[in-house]
Amino acid sequence: MSETAEYAETASPGAGDAAPAASKSRKAATPSWRSRLYRWDIKASPYLFVAPFFVFFGAFGLFPLLYTGWASLHRLELTNLDGGTWLGLENYRNLLGSDYFWNALGNTFTIGVISTVPQLAIALGIAHLLNYKLRGSTLWRVAMLTPYATSVASATLVFTLLYSWDGGMVNWLIGQVGVDPINWRESTWGSQFAVSSIVIWRWTGYNALIYLAAMQAVPHDLYESAALDGASRWQQFRHVTVPMLRPTILFTVVVSTIGATQLFGEPLLFGGTSGSKGGAAHQFQTLGLYLYDQGWINGHLGRASAVAWLMLAILLLIAAVNLLIARRLRRDR
Amino acid sequence: MRTSSRRSRRLVALAAVTTLATGLLTACSSDDDGSGGSDGKITLNVGTFGVLGLKQAGLYEEYEKAHPNIKIKENVIERNDLYYPKLLTQLQSGAGVNDVAAIEVSNITEVVQTQAAKFEDLSKAKGVSKDTYLDWKWAQATTEDGKTVGLGVDIGPTALCYRKDLLKKAGLPTDREELAKAWAGDWDKYVALGEKYMKKAPKGTKFVDSASSVYNSVFAGATERYYDKSGKEIYEESQGRKDAWDTAMKVAQGDMSAKLKQFDPTWDSGFANAKFATVSCPAWMAGYIQEKTGPSGKGQWDMAKAPTAGNWGGTFLGVPSAGKHKKEATELAVWLTQPEQLAKVFAKQASFPSTPSVYDKLKPSAATSAYFNNAPITELFAGIAKDIPSAIYGIKDAQIGQSITDIGVLQVEQQGKTPEEGWEAAQEEIKDVLGQ
Repeated sequence: MSETAEYAETASPGAGDAAPAASKSRKAATPSWRSRLYRWDIKASPYLFVAPFFVFFGAFGLFPLLYTGWASLHRLELTNLDGGTWLGLENYRNLLGSDYFWNALGNTFTIGVISTVPQLAIALGIAHLLNYKLRGSTLWRVAMLTPYATSVASATLVFTLLYSWDGGMVNWLIGQVGVDPINWRESTWGSQFAVSSIVIWRWTGYNALIYLAAMQAVPHDLYESAALDGASRWQQFRHVTVPMLRPTILFTVVVSTIGATQLFGEPLLFGGTSGSKGGAAHQFQTLGLYLYDQGWINGHLGRASAVAWLMLAILLLIAAVNLLIARRLRRDR
Repeated sequence: MRTSSRRSRRLVALAAVTTLATGLLTACSSDDDGSGGSDGKITLNVGTFGVLGLKQAGLYEEYEKAHPNIKIKENVIERNDLYYPKLLTQLQSGAGVNDVAAIEVSNITEVVQTQAAKFEDLSKAKGVSKDTYLDWKWAQATTEDGKTVGLGVDIGPTALCYRKDLLKKAGLPTDREELAKAWAGDWDKYVALGEKYMKKAPKGTKFVDSASSVYNSVFAGATERYYDKSGKEIYEESQGRKDAWDTAMKVAQGDMSAKLKQFDPTWDSGFANAKFATVSCPAWMAGYIQEKTGPSGKGQWDMAKAPTAGNWGGTFLGVPSAGKHKKEATELAVWLTQPEQLAKVFAKQASFPSTPSVYDKLKPSAATSAYFNNAPITELFAGIAKDIPSAIYGIKDAQIGQSITDIGVLQVEQQGKTPEEGWEAAQEEIKDVLGQ
């Protein structure tokens, strides 16, 4: 298509009767400054519209990624960012030989499981309840979202006090039924349970609302026919709701898994002073905390970068596994 | 008509996007810290951790009054273990640095050895005289070739603070002279007193707040710390470290500690609820105790000389070279660390000055005196300050100390591990910290 024709075509619909005359007069001359600007506008402005994302991605996503990659191959200290010495894969070798790394990986996994599984199960149940006709349903739905809206810091502070081993409310409650006080922060399972309870408290409502949205998209006649067949509420939930929600559940599983792998704020604040150690025996030190401890407390930025890259690798692995499962599920349907 | 309006609308949108994008980009690069505001005033940022007391003593206001073109803004981070990494990051990037930056004594060696190039040399600043400050305090912040990166603010002569009411209920002496004599020179005597306390302890109370606090006070008096003169780590065989560790272990295993982690919220509430009878008490802790115990502790707290004289904590003020107003910042740092000013901080906060010339004239505020049962705060801390042994600080003192207290001691105290297991864990942690 010739340049002038393109111009005429795009200009004409709006120009009305005056358009042919105008385009004829321009056809004689070489493309004017205005038309060139206009063409440039059409070609370039879409790129400009999407540019902010890419500029930001470049500055805050790609560059840090590449820089940490470079840093992970060097001995780079917080006290001297200019002079990294080349180490090759030394940092990675050290990490894979470090008990702390494997401990953190294990903790991340166990805390991830004991927070994600109950969280999604409870969310599904709550969503099912909210899906009934309720008085003041909006109120209930908003209430579900309030924990999500509170900041990690304030939520964790409150939970830390609840779980304080000396005079905390949880120990007082279990004391009522004759259980000895538990040192929630310094026992392995106690601390992991405490940290996951904070995660569960914060994220259950959020997931419940996602499930609720998906549930409301389930065609109502499915329930009607199930009811006609004599299915109870529970049977309806199991045989209609859950299968229809499968893609949504998969989505929340993926999102929660990524969140669990990056778990950081809750254990850090739960640990109090020197919280990045994750307890005296590192019993709730997650990978995120380990990274922070290496980089910002000990000042080994190179090693911290290597942790970051290993975390990325683990996340990619999880994503791959998820993809396989999703494909398997689809085939089963 | 419609075409042109559509086109102009598109041009407007294009312009908007362009300005937005450039605006965002420049927003990233511009360092708007409010300096040189519209009223022509210079804003000086002072970066501190915890409660340094300069602001509380009204020094900033006083300085602003005397220098109408200066405004002072204090940026506080509660804990040094979070403040220090930020300071390093700012120094490295040269962006967002405070004009005046506080440096904790456990980090000063690392700063002197690795960051000296990024600080102004304060030894040559106008009005600064080496003789104003304690010799060892001056030396700690000075490089081998004589560059001084920080001026001394406070030091941490360490006493023991105790609650009279609790000791009395347990049938122990409450007189400060008597107590000091009872444990003079030997921390084991202090532990023995703790055993006595535990036999008749008022319900729900313990002798000390934490084994770590005992570790820190004993270690404060050590001549041999974590490093030797050549900068080699000697934490394994260091006598000072061993003594402190052994005493802490006796406290942890003797069940005489409230098992609180220092500077945690639960520790704070331990003060308020009178959960423990004694606590290690560097001068700067006096303000902390008053704040956290609250009015209920007035007249109940007292302080006595600790078994050994030691120094725990203390601060320097440095001027980062990347700051925008180095000249004004240097003037401020020099003024803030003059003896008269530090005496005012002592009056308000009981933080002990690093300038010996004022030691005879120091006066705590009436409120602080009353709070600590009219203990002779000045004489007590001045006496301890004179006996502080000269000690060598190393580059990772802060992190090594934290590994020992927050990993090793805590494992024994709260997880029921043996002292051997605790020490093993602490060593492993230190190796990780040092990147070995």
